[in-house]
Amino acid sequence: MRRRRFLGYLLAAPTLAVAAEIGGAAVDPDTAEGAIPSPPEPADTYDLSDALTDAAMPTANLITVQVNPDGTASFALPRAEVGQGITTAIGMLIAEELDLPLSKVTVTLADARPELLFNQLTGGSNTIHAMYQPVRTAAAIARARLLATAAAQWGVPVSSLSVKNGVIRSGNGKTASYGSLARAAASDTVRPVTVTPKPESAFTLVGTPQNRVDAHDIVTGKKKFTLDLAVPNAKPTMVCRPPTINGTVRAVRNLAQVRAMPGITDVAVVSTGVAVRGETFGQCIDAVRALQVTWGPGSVDGESDDTVLDKLKAATPPPAVPPVLTKSIDAEFVFAFASNSALETNCAIADVRKDRAEIWSGLKSPITTQEQIAKMLGLPVSAVTVHVTQGGGSFGRKLFGDAALEAAEISHKIGKPVKLMWHRTDDFRHGRAHPMSYSRIRVNYSGANVVSYEQRHASSATDFSHGLGEILTATSAKLPVGELGFSETVFTLSQSVPYNFGATTQTLTEVPLKFHTGSMRNVYSPNVVCARELVVDQLAAKMSQDPVAFRRSFFKDDRFRAVLDKLAQVGQWGRSMPKGTAQGVGFHHEYKSCSAVLVEIDCRPETVNREVRDGVTGPRVTKAVMVVDVGRPINPRGLQAQMMGCISDGIGLALTESLHIADGLPLEGSWDNFFYTRQWNTPTEMQIVVMPTTTGDPGGAGELGVASSLAAVACAYARATGTMPTRFPINHGTLGFDPLPRVPPIPQSPTDGLKYAF
Amino acid sequence: MSQHTFILNGQRVTVEAPDDLRLLWVLRDLLGVTGPKYGCGLDVCKACTCHINGKAFNPCSVPVSQIKPTDEITTIEGLADRQTGALHPMQQAWLDHDVAQCGYCQPGQIMAAIAKVRQARTEGREISDADLDELRNICRCGTYFRIREAVRSAAAKM
Repeated sequence: MRRRRFLGYLLAAPTLAVAAEIGGAAVDPDTAEGAIPSPPEPADTYDLSDALTDAAMPTANLITVQVNPDGTASFALPRAEVGQGITTAIGMLIAEELDLPLSKVTVTLADARPELLFNQLTGGSNTIHAMYQPVRTAAAIARARLLATAAAQWGVPVSSLSVKNGVIRSGNGKTASYGSLARAAASDTVRPVTVTPKPESAFTLVGTPQNRVDAHDIVTGKKKFTLDLAVPNAKPTMVCRPPTINGTVRAVRNLAQVRAMPGITDVAVVSTGVAVRGETFGQCIDAVRALQVTWGPGSVDGESDDTVLDKLKAATPPPAVPPVLTKSIDAEFVFAFASNSALETNCAIADVRKDRAEIWSGLKSPITTQEQIAKMLGLPVSAVTVHVTQGGGSFGRKLFGDAALEAAEISHKIGKPVKLMWHRTDDFRHGRAHPMSYSRIRVNYSGANVVSYEQRHASSATDFSHGLGEILTATSAKLPVGELGFSETVFTLSQSVPYNFGATTQTLTEVPLKFHTGSMRNVYSPNVVCARELVVDQLAAKMSQDPVAFRRSFFKDDRFRAVLDKLAQVGQWGRSMPKGTAQGVGFHHEYKSCSAVLVEIDCRPETVNREVRDGVTGPRVTKAVMVVDVGRPINPRGLQAQMMGCISDGIGLALTESLHIADGLPLEGSWDNFFYTRQWNTPTEMQIVVMPTTTGDPGGAGELGVASSLAAVACAYARATGTMPTRFPINHGTLGFDPLPRVPPIPQSPTDGLKYAF
Repeated sequence: MSQHTFILNGQRVTVEAPDDLRLLWVLRDLLGVTGPKYGCGLDVCKACTCHINGKAFNPCSVPVSQIKPTDEITTIEGLADRQTGALHPMQQAWLDHDVAQCGYCQPGQIMAAIAKVRQARTEGREISDADLDELRNICRCGTYFRIREAVRSAAAKM
């Protein structure tokens, strides 16, 4: 097969700089086959990965690789690193193509580049899928140019040269490092060139396990996050927030008194509350707590868990296919609100002047944030510089520039630079959340065949205004889904049933309520797939089939079968388990990848009733195994890390992790209220199997394993207890903590820390 | 405001601060030591975990006035060998197991893990699953399993 050539550019620069366009090659559609074939759903042939990648194609935007005189290569990645490991994986692609050691490649995060239009959004597990080809193309051009430069200097043909570790060697023993050639290889004009990247069969680095490039900085405390940056005069700043979501300031009764508090430099009313700026965050906490504010109502004051659920149920259309001459299963599931709060709370630095603004924040859609800030300040976009900082986790949270916007508003209002930090309690109560959803499923079956599968999913509306909508709008003419709205489009492009279940429909209904919402890792899939996989287990039981054998026989794709077979083997599916414990499996495919998870859960009283101070215990997942096929793994070690995180997420979502909404505010205000998975609920055995290259197309991975993990834990719980859970997380009905007060909005820090020293 | 003196990563420091200011803000906002992270300020998430005289504690919940002039405070920045620069075995294990993802919680995780191993030793045993279950540090990336593996392998070298 002839290898494809790609277009790139030599750029005019003092040292070698090359560029390529974002926009990947066409991807062959999957094919479906099986028992009662289901017509392909849109996501089978054209999914969200394609939409995000194609959105990039018409815009002539360039990513640039530079070779420096010190022998290193550098690349400013137009994406956000939030722990998912893309700086490492992209560095590997560049190192591979250049034949440079990974340690000599520096990948930084690009400032907001408005000329990239739609192509600076980190989301949909799309970075590797979108960047794979252009990054390789650019690096291949650089390599070719360096070789041509050496060949010309030495008067020998390029074919007589070889490269190892960034050193070019000629047949007659001459050597030159990339660094020594970087200036000579530079171009003085912009010139288009074509190149054929290295054949993938020749990869020696890509596909091998590599450690994170920032690991040393992390373990020595040197890695800098937003709040660690020393921006001159950007003093600690916090906001006193309302007792209900979107409540507004009517009056501040003691403004002068708080302004006079020790260390406080400024107090100002802003659109989200009352901002305070001071010498230390400790003094800001004191000031926020001291503020006496009269608050106006918020946007969801009348809403609580029950009222939202009632609205979702009322909005859900009934199943359309009646059970005629078939048996049927009807089931309904409820998934509570869940916070996508990262360990790093919302934060940003802003320095707003009369004629310009400079912002630092972990941002996954920095162009949108830049445009919003420019509009708010009445400045041209070009006067707003937005630096994308290393993010301390995202899980969907950093798709929005909430803190950056707020910091810019405060800095503008008080005329000084600010370092804005949200309090943890605010981050849970006023930060964004994955909204509650309700899923109704009807399956009709006859004998050993499934005749129809219908899933009606209803959700409190998810905010996609960070720009994902823009991307999809830009490509909507190419989408096979017609006149759908943004949320419905995302839903339709991401959800497809992997089984041949006859007539298959999945729909999304959104109820517009004014909560602060946003996508959370894996967006709709965890809840949709969890409900589906529980029903699949029920179907298997009705047909007296083993859950793994059942899935196997109904799969649309041999690739899915291979993953499940591997899982059953490695996870010892079907081994005998004590009463009160059980195995469960879950499967999910998305982003041109697929994953299967097997867990073992212990629901025996001695485990469920373990005592942990201020913590919830409950059932424990004792073992987790995942098999993952991403088409072409770039960094299998980073992939394993991501999948382990997905397992931690799935365990939390199934068993312990939710927000309780009461009268317009989540009750959760700390990590001892919002029960994300902790060590005492972590499996003591875990194994991630990465399938070798299958399709050759690098699929998405960052979010892939959340849905399959949640589903596996739910299915295991059902098998261990003999009762299918229908409300998630399973402990949501019991409030396991005393809620913090609403006024003042944040608690004081304790003073007894030394008592707990160990 | 008053003067507070203590030993920080082997160096005697004196800082002007209100008595009730929590040590985390003395470290981060006044002394520019940013390894200990803010994750809650409630002694819950443990992202700021440091050592006081070799024991793990959370400076977000200790007023600076409670720190004595003879107290030795160690942050992640002061963990490596001060003469040779060699990493502590726990830091090295973190690299060997490629534990970190975003890295925000990891300075606190490492400091807590060291103390947990020492605590087990003081009680005359090696670190067990039950000990590891007692680590309260949140990792929202969910690196818990690799933390367990790294702590065990570091313990063998401590």
